[in-house]
Amino acid sequence: MAMKIDKDVKRFQKIVRGAIRKNLRKYVTQSEMFGRQGKDMVSIPLPALAVPHFHFGNNQGGVGQGEGEEGQPIARGDDEGAGQGAAGGEPGQHIQEVEVTLEELAEILGEELQLPRIEPKGASNISQEKSRYNSIRRVGPESLRHFKRTYIQALRRQISEGVYQPNAPRIIPIKEDRRYRSWTNTPQPQANAVIIYMMDVSGSMSDEQKAIVRTEAFWIDTWLKSQYEGVERRYIIHDALAKEVDEHTFYHTRESGGTRISSAYRLCLKLLETRFPAELWNIYCFHFSDGDNWGEDGNQATELLRDSLLPKCNLFGYGQVESMYGSGEFIHALEAAFGPKHEKLVLSEISDREAILDSIKEFLGKGK
Amino acid sequence: MPRLQPFRDLPPELVEVQLQMEKHAREYGLDFFPTIFEVIDIEQLNAIAAYGGFPTRYPHWRFGMEYAKLSRGYAYGLQKIYEMVINTNPCYAYLLSSNALTDHKLVIAHVLGHSDFFKNNNWFSQTNRNMLDEMANHGNRIRRYMDRFGVDVVEEFVDTCLSIEDLIDIHSPFIQRFDTEEKYDFPGNTENPDDQPTAVGRFRAKSYMDPYVNPPEKLAEAERGREEAAKEAKPFPAEPMRDVMLFLLQHAPLKPWQQDVLSIIRDEAYYFAPQGQTKIMNEGWATFWHSTIMTRHGLEPNDVINYADHCAGTLATSPTRLNPYKIGLELFRHIEDRWNRGCFGEEYEQCDNLAAKQSWNTEAGLGREKIFEVRRIHNDQTFIDEFLTYDFCRQNKIFQFGYNDDSGYYEIESRYFKDVKRQLLANLTNLGRPQISVRDANYKNRNELFLEHRYEGVELKIDHAQATLENIYKLWTRPVSIETTLDDEQCVLSFDGGEHRVSTAKNGGSSESGSSESIVITN
Repeated sequence: MAMKIDKDVKRFQKIVRGAIRKNLRKYVTQSEMFGRQGKDMVSIPLPALAVPHFHFGNNQGGVGQGEGEEGQPIARGDDEGAGQGAAGGEPGQHIQEVEVTLEELAEILGEELQLPRIEPKGASNISQEKSRYNSIRRVGPESLRHFKRTYIQALRRQISEGVYQPNAPRIIPIKEDRRYRSWTNTPQPQANAVIIYMMDVSGSMSDEQKAIVRTEAFWIDTWLKSQYEGVERRYIIHDALAKEVDEHTFYHTRESGGTRISSAYRLCLKLLETRFPAELWNIYCFHFSDGDNWGEDGNQATELLRDSLLPKCNLFGYGQVESMYGSGEFIHALEAAFGPKHEKLVLSEISDREAILDSIKEFLGKGK
Repeated sequence: MPRLQPFRDLPPELVEVQLQMEKHAREYGLDFFPTIFEVIDIEQLNAIAAYGGFPTRYPHWRFGMEYAKLSRGYAYGLQKIYEMVINTNPCYAYLLSSNALTDHKLVIAHVLGHSDFFKNNNWFSQTNRNMLDEMANHGNRIRRYMDRFGVDVVEEFVDTCLSIEDLIDIHSPFIQRFDTEEKYDFPGNTENPDDQPTAVGRFRAKSYMDPYVNPPEKLAEAERGREEAAKEAKPFPAEPMRDVMLFLLQHAPLKPWQQDVLSIIRDEAYYFAPQGQTKIMNEGWATFWHSTIMTRHGLEPNDVINYADHCAGTLATSPTRLNPYKIGLELFRHIEDRWNRGCFGEEYEQCDNLAAKQSWNTEAGLGREKIFEVRRIHNDQTFIDEFLTYDFCRQNKIFQFGYNDDSGYYEIESRYFKDVKRQLLANLTNLGRPQISVRDANYKNRNELFLEHRYEGVELKIDHAQATLENIYKLWTRPVSIETTLDDEQCVLSFDGGEHRVSTAKNGGSSESGSSESIVITN
């Protein structure tokens, strides 16, 4: 049964979304988001949501009950918590955090950045949702009313209420008895998109750069997950050599030594060929580095990209993070080789945290 | 009688429980409103609880927020509302369908306690017992304004009003603050020519003699003097006004619909105020009676575990918050015990033999009578003030805690009876909210609003206070200031529509505050 409160809940959610949208840039720039991430929920701090009142600050004090010596701490003194003491009335109503689903967050991101929906390539291998009229609901349009079920329901109710008379079997359905045909969506549970993250972990990439990469990756994940049924992720780190690692290692490894970008591209290619054939998968590659590369390796990398990787990918994103040590050459090499507006290759320079949002827009704005 | 939701009659077994409980309650002398119980599921109960008990309330997002919070708390197993009862006549109460029969019994007995309290406690005597209809009426009015002026506009205005919903004068229903005649005492009421102020200082004269008998320049001078005197003599409002909502309602430049919305929010605030004022007593009283009735009559052997479990949950104590159920219940028992044993009066107070005091018993047997009297006349504040004793504090291990700036923790500060009581009373004063009143509506002679916070050792939370000032500014449309104390120094927070200002004016607030240091915070 639909309740009146649902409207208020919707309204509340709308306000939450509005508040998130308004502060999106702030949330995107702060890397604390993934600390708050659960399986498919994120909790977001929204301090401004509660209606403000004149009330007392931390120094109010209160009365409690139990054991303990004088001077013994009993609660942390943040904005919430104790301090209300026995004061009657309602408890503090300020919300600190609201939870939104990742899907919703992606939607907000999409709306705010005006990201186009992705059109998956090739129709055959994409998990589609099929609708089938094979279930029953309590609400629905009259045109879908299931007469038989409604009748049975009404009969059952009347019998249990004791108003059913076998010799005058008059069945009058009331609103609660109505049953309607309904459909279920049956998606094929197949992972059909893969994101391959590559990152330069040579000495010139500092923690700040990695944090930026991580933040970008979080939002890219969030968006792509909202576009595909299942998304697989693979991580490759490289200096002069490349290797595949898990997510945690990806963000926490630090190597020294030189940089050979082609090594990562080669590994990526191998991975695609063995595990993710291009005709079955939507492939997204993102490579982050500070743009430093060994002299002659640039050509090799460009070649690999042009001849092998790009034809297989939906999108190849190269994000160059500004660092104190890097020369920042590679992005220019790529630009020279492919031109600034390549169909599949997106180049983005990320100078600092503030630039993350724009960079995300560049990467995902193609709708590929 | 308006029926809520699809109304279902109580199942027969619960009807029987209700009759049985009512019989026991009456035998103990409880005098309650006719009480209508409804069994509803958890979603409905959460929804009604989110609406503060009134399913017919006006639409507002915060109810949705509350509902989301309650549902989540329930889903995670953190909290569960057992019962909901509203102060109306007849009294409506909701039972949770998933509860076991023992819980239903307990809840019914508990609700009858509340119902008796609503009916007989004096602090509830001025509340509207048809609030269910009134709330529906409020809902319709606000919905109509939303249709007419737009949801966003009205909702934003409701938010603004809610920001000051606690700025009411909780004692005003019982006090006549203003002469009733004042209503008709318009400043422009000059029908009677003899009352004309110009008649003062003027001699009767034929018209051709008038300029000589009453020289115009003398008259003008006298007039100026009077005007100035009048200006000095009449601050506005004449004395600080606690009911800030009423003041704004009467004097802020509001559109008719805005006035109506503000008055709705104010009415509801006044309706709910006594519940805040009597939280400890009300819950204590209901708990006292459910436990008395249940343990003496209601419990079947197979209920005992469930019942004990439930009670343990409700009566759990916490170091950070005084549980009103627990403290109220224990205090009522304490009072009953004292009056049963005659532990009151001069002779008892003056006895300084501890052993004698502890075994004091005059067989007075006045306990029952006393607690009924207490439930009739007291509110939490007077209840604690009158009956919280040293022994009680010690037995219940009550302590006083405070915030330690250095450690960032709340710490136990004292177990001295005096400290505990002082703190508890302070927390109960004005529902634990700061006392704020309108002092001057023509501040700086610029039609600015000047509020004062009566500082009693606890500072306001500045960011919230400033956000609240912004909302008051929306209503008053002229700069708004509040005088308060920060770091032991009197200061004035103001908002002029653009920026916030904190000025520490040592010469009070009513003169120019720009002379002293002032910090400007731009939004």
